Amino acid sequence: MPNLILAIAQGTGGHAAGGHGQLDFMGALFVFMLATFIGLMAIQRVSRLLHTPLMSLTNAISAIAVVGAIIVAAGKDAPVYVTALGLVAIFCSTTNIVSGFLITDRMLKMFKKREGAPK
Amino acid sequence: MSAENLVQLLYLVATGLFIMSLRWMSNPETARKGVFSGVAAMVLAVAGTLAGVITTGGTHYWWILAAFIAGSAVGYPLAQVPLTAVPQRTALSHAFGGLAAGLVGTGKFFLYYGQSNEEALAPYIVTALMLEILLGFLTFTGSLMAAGKLQELKWIPQRPVTYPGQNVINLGLFTLALALGVALVLNPLAAWAPLAFMLVMVLSLAFGVLLILPIGGADMPTVISILNAYAGLSAVAMGFVLNNKLLITAGALDGSSGLILSIIMCKAMNRSFTNVLFGAFGQTQQAAAGGEAKVYKSDTPESAAQIMAQADLVVIVPGYGMAVAQAQHRVRELYDQLKKRGVTVKFAIHPVAGRMPGHMNVLLAEAEIPYDDLVEMDEINGDLPQADVALIIGANDVVNPAARTDKTSPIYGMPIIDADKARTVFAIKRSKNPGFAGIENELYYLDKTFMLFGDAKVVVGELARQLAGEGGH
Repeated sequence: MPNLILAIAQGTGGHAAGGHGQLDFMGALFVFMLATFIGLMAIQRVSRLLHTPLMSLTNAISAIAVVGAIIVAAGKDAPVYVTALGLVAIFCSTTNIVSGFLITDRMLKMFKKREGAPK
Repeated sequence: MSAENLVQLLYLVATGLFIMSLRWMSNPETARKGVFSGVAAMVLAVAGTLAGVITTGGTHYWWILAAFIAGSAVGYPLAQVPLTAVPQRTALSHAFGGLAAGLVGTGKFFLYYGQSNEEALAPYIVTALMLEILLGFLTFTGSLMAAGKLQELKWIPQRPVTYPGQNVINLGLFTLALALGVALVLNPLAAWAPLAFMLVMVLSLAFGVLLILPIGGADMPTVISILNAYAGLSAVAMGFVLNNKLLITAGALDGSSGLILSIIMCKAMNRSFTNVLFGAFGQTQQAAAGGEAKVYKSDTPESAAQIMAQADLVVIVPGYGMAVAQAQHRVRELYDQLKKRGVTVKFAIHPVAGRMPGHMNVLLAEAEIPYDDLVEMDEINGDLPQADVALIIGANDVVNPAARTDKTSPIYGMPIIDADKARTVFAIKRSKNPGFAGIENELYYLDKTFMLFGDAKVVVGELARQLAGEGGH
């Protein structure tokens, strides 16, 4: 186990294969931690009324996996089956993007205040 | 500006828009702006990625376009499902999200392996890859199972399935997957690596099924939230693999949302994560007091309507039964009739009522009931002692006083809506069977309780008709 941790820690050098941005492992962890805290704070303020639309919205947001799917599918020297996996992943993510945002909006349109209710 | 910087700039703006998107969800009045900002962020993210791919020499653009079109063609009808089916749709899209992450991870591994790319298979990247495929494929099968249970498919058992040694088997398989993962991190280019990788894949797929098998319908809100968090975390892992900050931030936002919802759901049931995941709940408790058969008092909609007509405050407690019977529009009619007679009507919303977080609110909003009258549990409980009538529509465990008093009850300690404190209680119930959790409900035997047996839609419609009829004379 200590070997493994050491190995992981040593592997923080320049990894260029992804090609998107110069990001080291520790830098990525920083980004992850900060984004998680921002997420926790933003979500805690979400009205309980809207928990179902919130879930379908974050569903659509997590379809950001489409970014990775495009990178894999567009790879030039990749074997056919790798491209195929990427294309299926694009299909799955697009499904979530389209249905997630549409149904969230459809639900949110239904939430109405009582007429003449005080602000 | 270099193309690379342009891509990163687009990602940066997209991240900001995603954060604002969640921020605007804090209030129903700004929430729709949140959707637009989310869409804008996604468009920028896709545009940025395509720009990056094009400038670094990508290919297969027609195929990618075809995948986009096919995805949109399937996604559009999925957004048009009736709102009672929203829990299933949500579970299904978690499955799609998990599958996408799992497939991208698999593709990347075999790509790097084929290239014998030692640098790309650095230990931390393989670790992230392992997490990505574990979470991705587990979310895929787990969510499919959950969607099947919610859709009440015949061949998926509704009741929790347990067998002796269940947790031991799960733990054993998990240890095996972990061992394989560690071996792969240390020797990603070994001859056996593809085989080990596939085995981890299969184990992850199996976990998804095994984790959901012992979970019953009443736990669905928690499970859907946990799967939501997993789908987000698998995107985060993908971000580590692909060295992509946007994936990490957007995935983390999704993960934290799932986490918070899970915590809220667990608190609302007074249970811990581990208890939900590993302590199967919901086997019917065979009535211990077998001898004395307790009797319900039932009543007719006519006399129930008369009592409600004279009330000052009626609190309606909706539950999953209302969703099943699609009774929300009839409930709206009842609400209108009572309002017309000057009765104050409030809805008491328990956080776990229904099959996903916020399920009841969406259904009642669909029936155009103003959201000012949808009141959270903690707030409405103060009003219930003053309520003349509590009308329970297809809810059961969330109003069971055993949660307060009976230490032996599986739901002991769960916060409930104090329907038993109202002056009179009417409970609409489909049948005389116990609720989803299979627990007897003391509330139904109280002196002040009257049962209205029947389909919620029919009974509520009848109540509304009675009130309207009397008003007309």
